[in-house]
This record gives sequence, structure tokens and C-alpha cells, in this order.
Amino acid sequence: MSANTHLPVGHEAIRDKGLIRAHKYLILRRLSQAFFLGLFMLGPWFGIWWVKGNLSGSLTLDILPLTDPFIAVQGIVAGHWPELTAIFGAVIVAAVYALIGGRMYCSWVCPVNAVTDTAAWAHRRMDLPKGWQPKKNTRFYVLGMVLIVSAVSGTIAWEFVNPISMLHRGLIFGMGFAWTFVVAVFLFDLFVSRRGWCSHICPVGAFYGLLGTKSLMRVSAQERAACDDCMDCFAVCPEMHVISPALRGKDEDTPLILSPDCTNCGRCIDVCAVDVFQFTTRFDDTPAPGRVREKPKTTRKIGKAA
Amino acid sequence: MSAKPAQKMDPARRRFLQDAARGTAGCAVAGMGLMWMVQDARALPERAIRPPGALPEEDFLASCIRCGLCVRDCPYDTLVLAELGVDGAATGTPYFTARDIPCEMCDDIPCVAACPTGALDKDLTDIDDSRMGLAVLIDQETCLNALGLRCDVCYRVCPLIDEAITLERRHNERSGHHAIFMPTVHSDKCTGCGKCEKSCVLPGEAAIKVLPIRTARAPSSEHYKLGWEENNPLVDELIDLPDRLPGTGTDNLAAPGGFEAEGAFQPTMKLPTAGADG
Repeated sequence: MSANTHLPVGHEAIRDKGLIRAHKYLILRRLSQAFFLGLFMLGPWFGIWWVKGNLSGSLTLDILPLTDPFIAVQGIVAGHWPELTAIFGAVIVAAVYALIGGRMYCSWVCPVNAVTDTAAWAHRRMDLPKGWQPKKNTRFYVLGMVLIVSAVSGTIAWEFVNPISMLHRGLIFGMGFAWTFVVAVFLFDLFVSRRGWCSHICPVGAFYGLLGTKSLMRVSAQERAACDDCMDCFAVCPEMHVISPALRGKDEDTPLILSPDCTNCGRCIDVCAVDVFQFTTRFDDTPAPGRVREKPKTTRKIGKAA
Repeated sequence: MSAKPAQKMDPARRRFLQDAARGTAGCAVAGMGLMWMVQDARALPERAIRPPGALPEEDFLASCIRCGLCVRDCPYDTLVLAELGVDGAATGTPYFTARDIPCEMCDDIPCVAACPTGALDKDLTDIDDSRMGLAVLIDQETCLNALGLRCDVCYRVCPLIDEAITLERRHNERSGHHAIFMPTVHSDKCTGCGKCEKSCVLPGEAAIKVLPIRTARAPSSEHYKLGWEENNPLVDELIDLPDRLPGTGTDNLAAPGGFEAEGAFQPTMKLPTAGADG
């Protein structure tokens, strides 16, 4: 077992599917992150003002207002009812993420994702201990704390420290010493807590996770019967607890990863050499038999479920 | 219960309570830290001037989402977003430094129009009504006009010339036979755009500076009534002190102490006395 953990994650997938296909969603996500950042950079770099503002609030093509709903909620809690433009923008963003998956913001848009993914990669390469692992609900405590501080102080409190805004606004409008927050998150993830920030602390992720509780787009362990227990999906998943219920489920259990913590990053699909996982919708009820156990206590018919 | 002091709590319940206590305590510590940072950042530096129509600072930090759309729509690049550790204003919030680039007071106020949340108040429709700050002739020792020269630059560049800044003529005591044209700011007109501060010809700091209203103005006293503006008695229906009028029996200059000098001025009007007409 210990020898196994030192093999590079996804080496079987790379061998069987090739380097590109074994990193398909990682590449797509990086492109997506670069695309959304690039849209904001077109203005300051090239004078093409298709998108103005930043992730907190923006105006696209002088017509489409978008607002971070978490910031809008903090503002309302702090005692300021925003104007219709901001409300409208927040509703659009909230609706989109509620539909496609709240935490797709985290894995496909948020610029800090590249930072913490890099930290996780370095963490694995340096073979460091996983360190402090806060409880799964810690981020909801932080979310509550932020809303309380917002209400008590009458400010949009998280924006004083939010590393996402620090990095994104810094790149677009000027960094100052905002990079220290980004470095702090990187070092925290690398040395203090593996996958600590995005998967345990960040209240923005917690908020978007709640938004996407009933979202449509889901990863399914459709071919879970083929799983060969290589554990690569668990190793690569930033929220590994979401996999078990689907992958290890019995015939009658859904193969859909329904946890709102799942970021739809698609890395489990990438690293699986036997293609257990795929993107689908939450209404997909294709039968997905559970795994055949080596020594089943009772004989079980395979392929008759649902 | 009392008979079993060592009764074991249900392990699941115990774990839940432990986790809840740990989470709450951790968040309380983190929350206090955040609160401290927030309070610290509320102290807007004197030299950071908020855009036109900005809500008062305590409301501004509840409403500004730091998107920078006002910065983008400012045609003169006056506005900037505060950078952490470089500029004093709360990180990412818009402000300008009058000495660098003042507000040009656009008629259509594009920064206010761009604001999605109302942190810049849309009720501001006439830029002349904006109160970003107040210009103060803060150094009256180096101001060239105060020295008796005719610099007049702040007066000339003022978008509300002869209203927000006037030149008040007074005697030049030093030379004895010249005038001093003192630039004088009027708070009922000055918008705090900062064009005067920008254009002050002195090297380095300007003699005239835009300061936040909260610093530049003292609240008018409610205790003292301005008799020339308000004619009603000090305390309604109670007392009506006699006005100082020339004549006997009152404290007046014509007859001090009521002493009537010979040939003194004789009042023709009747003096009001307490209760005479009540």
C-alpha cells in the first residue's frame, strides 16, 4: 500500500489514455480560468472593454451586469439594500451556478484555484504529511462568522481579506501588497493543511456550494463496476469524501455524486484509467451496478439494478 | 442524574458538542481578528477623497463591492482603487488624490452612473451638489495671495469661480498701502473637486487642500442662536429679555448704567418691559 501511494497519481490513465486525455478536464479548466481572467484583462492590457470590473461586480458589453451574490448578501446583511443593477447581477450569477453546479465557480473560474492546485501538486511531490484537516463543516462556520461580522460591523467584511478578490482585483487594477494573501493561502495549503483553503475554509466556496445543492450537472460513477481500486480519484479529488457514496455504492445506490461539495472539476474522470466517471445530469438514472466484491458475503446479481 | 455523577454522555453527542465548541471558538477568534481589520480599515485617510455622491464612510463600506466600474468610467483617470498596503483607503475601494488628479466634475457624472450598488448615490444629479470634501486654505503663511501677491490660480481654476472661492480684499498691514486678496472658500458651494489643490503653484504640498467634510467643518452650535438669522425668543413663552436700545434704564452706550448725561440722546420709542404686553 505504501509503495502504491508513491506512484504518480494517474500514471495508469496516462499510460492507457495518453497525456492529453488523462489531463483533459485539467486543461479545459485552466483554459476556462484563463478565459475568464483574460476577458477582464482585455481592457487594461489591450483597451478592449468587453468586460469591465472584476469578479465582485462587472459589466459585460455595456449591458450585462454581474455581481457576486455572496458579496451582495454581505452588503444586505450589513444594512445596505443595493440598487437594482447589483441585485439583478447577483440573481443572474446565482441562477447560473444553481443550475450548472455552485462550485463550478471554484474549479472553472476562481483564480485562486490555480494557486491551491499548484500547492496540492507541490504537496504531493514533496510527499508532505496532510497536516491539519479541519472538519468538513468548518467552512460553514466561517461563512456564518463572515455574515455575523458583516452585520455587526456594517461592512462587506470578507472583502477585507478575500484572497480571490485580492488576486483578481490585483491583477486587473493593481496589486499593492494583496499578493501576500495569495502567498499565505499557497503556504497554508502546502505546509499547514493539505487542500486546506478551498476545501475547508473558504466561505465563498461554502456559499457557492449551498447555491448548487440541487444543481443539474453532476459527475456520475457510472461504470463503478469496473473500478480496480487504484485510488487515483481519491488522491486527485479536492473533496475526496464526495466520491465514496457514489463509487462504493451498491446497485440500488445512485452513482451520481450529489454532494454540493463536488466542484465538478472533472479530475476524477481524467485520472481514471478504466473510465468509471463521466459528466451527466442529476436526472440520469441509467442503471449502474455496484462493484463485484472479491469475496461477497451473499451472491448478488450484477446488472439488474434499477 | 444526581446519583450518577460519572454518567457517560452519548459519544456521538459528545463529539458533536466538542466539534461545535471548537468550530465556534475558532470562528470567534477569527471573527475578532476580522472585526479588528475591518474597524482598522474604516479610518479613511484625510487625503483620500471619495468619488462624487459617495455615501458616508460607514455606509460606503456596506455598499461598495469594490468592482471598480466607477474607476473604469472616469474619463480623466481621476479615480483609482486603493491597493493593499500602498494606499490608505480600505482595500479595493475607489478614491482620488486631489493633488495628483482632481475631479473634473463631469456634467453626466459617469462614475455615479456606473455604480451598480448605489454606493455612489444616484440621487446626485447635479455635480455642483456633490460634496466630496471641502477646500481649505490651510497654509496662510506661504499662500502667495496671503503674502500680498496676485497668484489667484486656485480662484481662477475653480469650476465655481466667485461662488466656491472668492477673493476677499483686505488691507496689507505689512506694506501699509497695498491690498491682500485672500482666497476664501465657501462651504455652501465648494464641491471638493480639488482643482484648486491640484493647481496650487507651490512646490510639493499645496497651500489649499481638499479635506474631508468631517475634518474641515465644525458642527454648528445648537446652543448659540444666531440672532440675526432667528428672531424668535430664546425660550418660548418664558422670558423675553429687553433688547439693547438707547435710552435710560437699560445697559446702553448712550446712557451707561442708566446715568443720563446732560444733553444725551432721548429715545422716542417706548422700551419694552417684561410683562408689559404679555
